[in-house]
Amino acid sequence: MANKRTFGEWMRQNVVTVIFIILCAACFILSGETPAYVAMELVDRMARNAFIVLSLIIPIVAGMGINFAITIGAMAAQIALLWVLEWQIPGIGGFVVAALMTIPIATLFGFLIGKLLNKMKGQEMIGGMILGYFANGLYQLLFLFIFGNLIPLHTDGLVIQGSTGVANTMDLSKPNGIRKALDLLVRLDFVPALYLFAGIIAVAMLILYLRKSIPLRRLVVVVAVLAACVIAVQFPAVSEIFFLVKVPVVTFLVVGLLCLFNIMIMKTRLGQQFRAVGQNRVVANAAGINVDRTRVIAIIFSTVLAGLGHLIFAQNIGSLQTYGAHEQVGLYAGAAILVGGASIVKASNGQALLGCLLFHLLFIVVSGAGRTVFGDAAIGEYFRVFISYGVIAVALVMHAWSAVSKRKDPEAQMRAASEKA
Amino acid sequence: MGAEYVLQMKNITKRYGETTVLSDVSLSVRPGEIHALLGENGAGKSTLMNVLFGMPVIHTTGGFDGEVLIDGEKASILTPNDAMNAGIGMVHQEFMLLPGFTITENIKLNREITRPTVLSRALHLKNMENLDMPAMRKDARKALDSVGMGLDENTLVKGLPVGYMQFVEIAREIDKKGIRLLVFDEPTAVLTESEAETLISVMKQIAQSGIAIIFITHRLDEVMAAADNITILRDGKLAATRETKATSLVELAELMIGRKGEAVVATTPRAQDASANIALSIKNLIVDMPGEMVKGVDLEVREGEILGVGGLAGQGKIGIPNGIMGLYPAAGEVKLFGKDLPLNDAANALRSGMAMVSEDRRGVGLLLDQSIEDNIAFNAMQINGDFLRKVLFATTKDGKKVRAHANEMIRQLDIRCTSSRQAAGTLSGGNQQKVCVARALTMNPKFLFVSEPTRGIDIGAKKLVLETLVKLNREQGMTIVMVSSELQELRSISDRIAIVSEGKVVDILAPDASDADFGLAMSGIKPTKGGEGAHE
Repeated sequence: MANKRTFGEWMRQNVVTVIFIILCAACFILSGETPAYVAMELVDRMARNAFIVLSLIIPIVAGMGINFAITIGAMAAQIALLWVLEWQIPGIGGFVVAALMTIPIATLFGFLIGKLLNKMKGQEMIGGMILGYFANGLYQLLFLFIFGNLIPLHTDGLVIQGSTGVANTMDLSKPNGIRKALDLLVRLDFVPALYLFAGIIAVAMLILYLRKSIPLRRLVVVVAVLAACVIAVQFPAVSEIFFLVKVPVVTFLVVGLLCLFNIMIMKTRLGQQFRAVGQNRVVANAAGINVDRTRVIAIIFSTVLAGLGHLIFAQNIGSLQTYGAHEQVGLYAGAAILVGGASIVKASNGQALLGCLLFHLLFIVVSGAGRTVFGDAAIGEYFRVFISYGVIAVALVMHAWSAVSKRKDPEAQMRAASEKA
Repeated sequence: MGAEYVLQMKNITKRYGETTVLSDVSLSVRPGEIHALLGENGAGKSTLMNVLFGMPVIHTTGGFDGEVLIDGEKASILTPNDAMNAGIGMVHQEFMLLPGFTITENIKLNREITRPTVLSRALHLKNMENLDMPAMRKDARKALDSVGMGLDENTLVKGLPVGYMQFVEIAREIDKKGIRLLVFDEPTAVLTESEAETLISVMKQIAQSGIAIIFITHRLDEVMAAADNITILRDGKLAATRETKATSLVELAELMIGRKGEAVVATTPRAQDASANIALSIKNLIVDMPGEMVKGVDLEVREGEILGVGGLAGQGKIGIPNGIMGLYPAAGEVKLFGKDLPLNDAANALRSGMAMVSEDRRGVGLLLDQSIEDNIAFNAMQINGDFLRKVLFATTKDGKKVRAHANEMIRQLDIRCTSSRQAAGTLSGGNQQKVCVARALTMNPKFLFVSEPTRGIDIGAKKLVLETLVKLNREQGMTIVMVSSELQELRSISDRIAIVSEGKVVDILAPDASDADFGLAMSGIKPTKGGEGAHE
């Protein structure tokens, strides 16, 4: 009986993930894509998107739900990108300049978003989403009228021909662009990349163990998993799956650093404040924590990280839809983290990465599956938006449901107590 | 140091606008003493504590008169932080704990011990310093040991029994540096009897270490067991200060209740008719109403009587009508005129001949934007299908009938309004209450619940509402259950008065029973037990 209940509880918490795994498997079989192609695409897309999904974790921990306002962080990144293109700073230099510009702009935006969300406590998600739409209007004003008109742009192709305003597409792949600036810094085949990362992780874990930060068991388990991976790729059957894969090492290092940052920040006093505010604002306030300030800081972190994540996304794709690239950022990232098993009150690095993986896996195989079943690959594209909204809706219903069943519990307890008496 | 009193509050007076909620109250506490603070709801206990803690509610409304001395020196406490720095701590009634944190993390919340890191040094931000968990654990262990709690300090608070949570809360206060006065706000309200006993012994232990304790409670027997001295407030005034040795349960109960003026409405007392039919029988009723939990009430209401239900706020008296009428989740066995009444079904409760005048006039009682006449007719229209007429295939409101009925009600109850089409929200509190009564009466109920009918209305309206209830009872034989915090009001019109404490009916008393009996019952003691106390 107790077992049954825990299984039900487990299913309720992970139903989205389970459905997604089944869906991915079914679509993979239907699509007829080769594992090698899927692996190649997947690694590419993970490099492109993982960072921005990870940027959602801090506000979730701080009790603000999924920060749909990361759309505005993406806008900050696009403003920075435009000027890097205008100044024609190529390669990694351009990327770094864009990142350095994004940080202050996104900080300002994050501060304003945070201030506003403090006025609508409990409604942060819908508030952030609507704020994104509102900011889109200001963004269009900036790019259609102010840039290229009040503030002239001189670079060819950046302005709409025969008109004013910034062109529809920002092409990063020209000689002076920053296409793949980060991805191409160091690129390795899958097997050497695996050795590299396995080595880094093993050394890091060993250092942590020697500093007594983690127990021996943890070290042994991690090293064993890494060793198993290394041994597995020795078999041609396994390594063949990955023979198309080129790993952008630096990009994944940056993603790894963000994971580390998320862990480290939670161990600081500030992290403790995030967690306290996330659990109960009243209690946190009674303990003297400045709740509003903590929430603003959480949103600033998220907005800045999302801006940087959007830069990684842009350099990976190589071109940018000036008026559309930022629009669905919040929606897709939010859906991805939920797919990984996060909820609007709980999220971890692992859930963000797993969610990102499953979400993209589905998109890789769904167009093939759409072609097989409906004879039309475009079905997959429709499916993508439909799935994103669906996942978010299911996650919200699940959250409301578990809140209701929690509320019923005290009554049952009370009854048990009074029956005993 | 060395002052006789750790805390002296002298001649504290606090007004909110015109109303005086505290007048000339003084309180003195010695180091190492347990000082009980007694009083009914609204007696001024919480206002006094708000003054002590410098709560914003005091200082944004014009501050207070009088002075606060700490260790014999005048202190100015303007914010809760000032109070903390002065060494005053509070153990809250609602636990201020985070369930997802360990005991250690809760005890050290926002007072974490940290180690500088590279980042924090570079940015000069204390917030970026890492938590020093081992040091925090050590502190937490020490604090837990001092309250005699052997539990592992790494346990999550989620899932701890409430009694343990209380101790965690106490440990947190003790862990604060320089704490010398602890306020316990109704600490035993959520505890079982044995847990409460342990708590009291821990309190004594803390007091012995020199920390003074202010013990706010309504349980008189615990006061007798724990306190050295007792201050009793009544209606915002100091009723008495007593040494525990020199007083008795009965005296305390009398001091707490007191006589408050004359009866609001004069009625002729009736002989109780124990053989009358039972109108409503309640067995083991449990109601999940936040702040007003009902935990197993047994009660029988006789046909044709007015039964008063009294008790302190938050003890569950309001939960009884709300549970039976289906407004909050309830369980138990309820029979109305001998027929089983299914719970959690508001429409059915209304249909079976019960009506209720809610204590939440503006929230539950009225549709504030609608007219008086629509408010009066609404329930009868929805439930009984009154005031309707058929026009072709559609059922519509019979406006003429509604208006005629509303005008009749306005006349009978003397509702002061411009017309029956005035919006209910624009009426004064007393007149709104009359509209609520009118709406309940329009249902032609056989059985009427009235919950806090006189809350927030002036004395004239009060009198009229009460007289109306008596008239309905005497002339139409309507059975009425009136829930009220005002004992005087209950005594003036009820045939019997049930006193509720901690979610249960403690006793049913006659309206002319003594103050002491009522006082004891409100603190959860059956008067028979109190009678023994009287001979101490």
